[in-house]
Amino acid sequence: MRNIPISALIGLFFTGLYFLGAIFAQLIAPYGVAEVVGDVWEPSSAKFWLGTDNIGRDLLSRMIFGGQTTIFIAASATLLSFTTGSILGFTAAVTGGWVDQALSRFIDLIISLPTLIFALVVLSVMPVTVFVLIVLMGLLDSTRVFRLARAVAVDINVMDYVEAARLRGEKTAWIIFREILPNALSPLVAEMGLRFIFMVLFVSTLSFLGLGIQPPAADWGGIVKENKDGIVYGIPAALVPAIAIATLAISVNLVADWILNRTTSLKGGRGG
Amino acid sequence: MADILLDVTGLKIEATAYPPGEPPQDITIVEDVSFQVEKGKVLGLIGESGAGKSTIGLSAMAYGRGGVRITGGVININGRDIRVEGTGGLRKLRGAEVTYVAQSAAAAFNPAKRLMEQIVEATLAHGRHSRKEAESRAVELFGKLGLPEPETFGSRFPHQVSGGQLQRAMTALALCPEPDLVVFDEPTTALDVTTQIDVLAAIKEAIRDTGVAALYITHDLAVVAQVSDHIMVLRHGKMVEYGDTDQIINRPAMDYTQALVSVRSTDHEEKTPSPQPILTVEGVTARYKNAPADVLRNVNVEIHPGQTLAVVGESGSGKSTLARVITGLLPPSAGKTVFDGRTLPPSLPERTKEELRELQMIYQMADVAMNPRQTIRTIIGRPLEFYFGLRGAEKTRRIQELLDEIELGDGYIDRYPAELSGGQKQRVCIARALAAKPKLIICDEVTSALDPLVADGILKLLLDLQKREDVAYLFITHDLATVKAIADSIAVMFQGEVVRYGPKSQVLSPPFDDYTDLLLSSVPEMRLGWLEDVIENRKMESAGN
Amino acid sequence: MHPILKLVAQRVALSLLLLSAASALIFIGTNILPGDVAQSILGQSATPEALANLRRVLGLNEPAITRYFDWLFGALQGDLGTAQTNGRDIAESLSKRLTNTLFLAFWAAIVSVPLAILLGLLAVRYKDRWPDKLISGATLASISIPEFLIGYVLMFYLGVQLRWFPSVAAIRDGMSLGDKLEVIALPVMVLTLVVLAHMMRMTRAAILNVMQSAYIETAELKGLSGLQIIWRHAFPNAIAPIVNVVMLNLAYLVVGVVVVEVVFIYPGMGQYLVDHVSKRDIPVVQACGLIFAAVYIGLNLIADLVSILANPRLRHPK
Repeated sequence: MRNIPISALIGLFFTGLYFLGAIFAQLIAPYGVAEVVGDVWEPSSAKFWLGTDNIGRDLLSRMIFGGQTTIFIAASATLLSFTTGSILGFTAAVTGGWVDQALSRFIDLIISLPTLIFALVVLSVMPVTVFVLIVLMGLLDSTRVFRLARAVAVDINVMDYVEAARLRGEKTAWIIFREILPNALSPLVAEMGLRFIFMVLFVSTLSFLGLGIQPPAADWGGIVKENKDGIVYGIPAALVPAIAIATLAISVNLVADWILNRTTSLKGGRGG
Repeated sequence: MADILLDVTGLKIEATAYPPGEPPQDITIVEDVSFQVEKGKVLGLIGESGAGKSTIGLSAMAYGRGGVRITGGVININGRDIRVEGTGGLRKLRGAEVTYVAQSAAAAFNPAKRLMEQIVEATLAHGRHSRKEAESRAVELFGKLGLPEPETFGSRFPHQVSGGQLQRAMTALALCPEPDLVVFDEPTTALDVTTQIDVLAAIKEAIRDTGVAALYITHDLAVVAQVSDHIMVLRHGKMVEYGDTDQIINRPAMDYTQALVSVRSTDHEEKTPSPQPILTVEGVTARYKNAPADVLRNVNVEIHPGQTLAVVGESGSGKSTLARVITGLLPPSAGKTVFDGRTLPPSLPERTKEELRELQMIYQMADVAMNPRQTIRTIIGRPLEFYFGLRGAEKTRRIQELLDEIELGDGYIDRYPAELSGGQKQRVCIARALAAKPKLIICDEVTSALDPLVADGILKLLLDLQKREDVAYLFITHDLATVKAIADSIAVMFQGEVVRYGPKSQVLSPPFDDYTDLLLSSVPEMRLGWLEDVIENRKMESAGN
Repeated sequence: MHPILKLVAQRVALSLLLLSAASALIFIGTNILPGDVAQSILGQSATPEALANLRRVLGLNEPAITRYFDWLFGALQGDLGTAQTNGRDIAESLSKRLTNTLFLAFWAAIVSVPLAILLGLLAVRYKDRWPDKLISGATLASISIPEFLIGYVLMFYLGVQLRWFPSVAAIRDGMSLGDKLEVIALPVMVLTLVVLAHMMRMTRAAILNVMQSAYIETAELKGLSGLQIIWRHAFPNAIAPIVNVVMLNLAYLVVGVVVVEVVFIYPGMGQYLVDHVSKRDIPVVQACGLIFAAVYIGLNLIADLVSILANPRLRHPK
C-alpha cells in the first residue's frame, strides 16, 4: 500500500476530483443549469470561464451539472451491471450443469448483437428516461461482466483448495464467499473501472445521438450535440466535453491498471 | 590431456528481477563456476530447482533466457571465446557447433510444421549438408533412436507423435547438424518412468555412436550417473563438487553431495496387517461422465489402521481416480467402499460430517491446495472450528501444537502461503489434514513436485506422524523409490486395473508379472552401469521369449 | 467426413441459428414493449376506431408469431416492408445507404488494417522501449474518447481551421472516385483512429504470445536469423490470431460507423437507423437491426473459420 505509483496517484486524484464535483455540483456551479445568462457562444472570460453555449447559458455550469448526470448514470449502470453479472456468473460457475448452459447460451445470443444497435432497437419503442437508460445500459453490459465473472470463478472452482473445502463438507455459501470471492475480487474490481468508462462513453454517445438525456437537463454527450453547429464557425465549445471525458476515462484506467497489477503481484495473487 | 572442447572459467550470470512496487534489482544467478568438457565426453550438471544448471547449459551457446545476462568469465569453444563473438558469429555457433535438447519437446517443436522440416532446418541454414544428405542422416538417426517407421516418421506433425517419440525427435534435431557439443536440458524429466529409460538408453547410444560431447542437465543424480563421464554438483548458482562420475557417486566428498547420493535410501520396516482393515475398496468400477471407457475396473484393496498402502502406477493408470472414488467426488458405477466397518455413501453430499472428518486428503501441488487469501491460522484453524467447534485461545493453542508437529516455528501462524517455501507449504497441508484427527489420509503424489532432499524430509515427517497419531495413509505415487520408503502394502495399477497387490515384501520380490517387472526395472538406481544392465536383461528376456 | 469439414459445417449452422435467434430477439424487443405501432403513428389523441382500422391494415391483429414469420420470410426475399413515416419501400432506401456505409467501412479497413499490423509489429520489435510506450499511450488515449468527439476534434482542426478536408461528407452519385475519397477523408480517419488502438493492441498481444513460445527459442538456438525466425516460425502461427483480431475489429468498425455517419452527416445506414429510432419508425429499425446483426455475426463467423482452418491439429488429425 505504501508504494502507490505516481500514475495511480494522478489517476486517483482526478477520479476523486470528478466524483466530488459531481456530488457537490449544486454548490460549485456558478449559475443554474438552464439559466440563460449571456449571449450565444461568448468566448471565455472572467465571468464565464469556459464561455457560453448555443443559447447563452454558462458552459462551465452546464459542464458541472452535465458531469453530475453522466457520472450518476454511468455509476448506477455499472453497479447494476456488476451485481447482475457477477451474481449470475458465479452462480453459473458454481452450479454448473443446465443452469450454466442455459445462462451462457442466452448471454451468447445477447452478445451476438452489437451493444449500440441493441440499445437503439430497444430505445425505438421505450420512453427515454434516466431510469430506462440505467436499466438498459446496466443489463446490456452485465453480459460482459457475466462472462468475466464466470470465467474467473470457473478457474478458481477447479483449484484444489476449493475441492479441499468441499471435502471438508463446507456449504455452497462458504465456498462462494470465503474461497472464491476473495480471489475473484481484484480482477472484478479492475474490470469495474473499465466498465465504468465504457458506460460514460455509452451514455454520452446515446445523448449525442439524441436518444439519451433529454434537454434542458445537461450531460456531456448532450453538450456536444447542442454546440456541434458551432464547429463549422470555428467555435470549440463542443470540444470541451472531450477533455472532460478523456481525463476522467484515463484517470479511471490508470487506477484500474494499478489495481490489476497489484493483484497479479500480490502475495499469492491469482498470478495472471 | 585430451582435446578440450568447452572450457569455462569464472562464469558469472546475472538477471534483473522486478519485485512489485520496488525498483528493479540485479540478482546473481550463477557465480564463479568453472568446468571443462573434452571432445566426445559427457558432463552432467546436477542440482535442485534454482541451482542455475539450465542457465549454465545455455551459456555454452551464449544464450540467456528472459533478462538473463552473462556478465563475467570466459567461455571457450574450440579455442574461441564465444563471449566476444558478435551476433553473426553466435549464429554460426548455434545450431551448428552447439545444439540444444529442451525439456519439453512438445513445446519446442513448431506445431505448424512437419518434423523433418524442423529437424534438417539448422543443417541447411548453416550449409552443412545438402537437403538430401541431411534428410538421409535424419532417417538414420530416427532408426538409431528407435523411432517407428524411420523412413516416413519425419512427415508427421508434432501433435501426431507421442511424448517419448517427440523427445527422441528432438535429440535427432540436435544431432542432425553433426555438432561438437549437445546441451541436454532435463530431456527425460517430463516422461513416465518406463518411457524415460528407453529415451535415456537411446540418447546414450546416440552420443556414443556419433562421438559428440554433451552437457547433460538434470535434477536426478541416478539418471545423470548413467550417461556422464564427469559430474558437477550445483547449489544456489555455485559449484559444490566437481569430479568424475565414479568419485561423485561412490566417494562423495561434500555433505550436500552425500545427501543427494543417499536420498531415497530411506527404508521402512513393514508392519503386519491387523485383522480389521480401516478401509476396504470392493470391486470398484468407475467412469467419468461422457468418457468412452471405464477408468477403473474392479479394484479391490484394503488399508489397515496405522499402516500405509501405496498405490503406484504411471500417468493414466487410474490411481488418482481411485482417490476421487474413495473421497466421494466420483461415485463409482459398481462396487463400494467400506470405512471402519460401515459402507460409505457413494457421493460426497450424502456423507456425514463425521465420515468426512475421518478421511482427509493431501494434494500434489501445495500451492493450489491452500487458498492464497487465507493465513496459516485460517487454513489450519478452519477444520478445528468446523469439526470440533474450537474457538479463540483454545483454537490458537491447538494450531500451535500442530505447527510444532510439522516442525514449523511460531512465527508462521499469521503468514500467507506465498511466503512459505515448497516444503513448508506441504507441511501446512499435512497439518490441515491432521487437524481433523482423521483415521485415514489420502496422499496424492505429495512429494512429486518437491526437490529430492525436501521430499525426503516430508516422507520422514509422514512416517513420524504415523507412529505418533496412528493414522493410516493411502499413498498415491508414480515413484517406486518413495514406495519402498513408506509402504506396508502395495497395489500396482496399470490401465485402470490393479495388476499386483499385497504386502510390500511380497510385491517387490520375484516372480514378477510383466508390468511390475518393467516398472521396477525402470527406476534409476544410484550405481554405475545400471542402465547397461537393464538393457542387457531386457534383451535377454526378449531373446528368451 | 474430414473432421475439419464437420467443424466448419457446425460453425456455419451455429451462426445461422444465432442469426435467426437474433432476428427473433429484435422482433420481440420491438413488439412486447409498451405501446404499439398504430398508437405511435397516430399519437395519443387518436380515436379508437382509427386505431382499430390502422391495426387491421397493418396486420397487427394477427398473432405475433405469424407476424414474425411473415416479416422474416419477407426479409429473406428482400422485402423489408415499408417505412411508417414516409411510406417508402425500406429495401429500396436501404440498398443505396448500405452501399455508402460499406464504401466508408471498406476504405477505413483498407487504411487501418495494414497500419495496425505494422504498428503492432513495431511495438513488438521495440517492446518496452519508447516506440512501444508511445503506441500504448496513444492507445489508452484513443479508447478513452468517444468516436463522435474524435470526429469533432478532427473536424474542428483539420476541417475548419486548416481547411485540409471538407468537414461534411456530402457524398453524391456521379462523383468521381477521387472526389468521393476526398469527401470521406475525415470519417475514414476517425474510424481508423477508433479501431486502430484495439487492433494494434491485440495484434501486439497475439504476436508476443507467439514470440514467447518455446519453439521460437528453438529456432533462435538453431542459429537462424531474425527474419528467418519470423517468416518460418512466427508467421505461420501468428496468422490465425491476427486474422481473428482483424475480423473482430471490423465488426466493431461496423458499429462505429453509426456514430461517425451522424457526425459527418454521411448518407449511410447508421444515420438512417438513428434518424428512424428518434421517429420511432419500427419497421425501419427492425430492418436495420437485422442487417447490422447479420454483418456482425458474419464477421465473427469468418474469424472462427480462419482459426479452425489454420489449426494444424485439425488439418492433420492423428
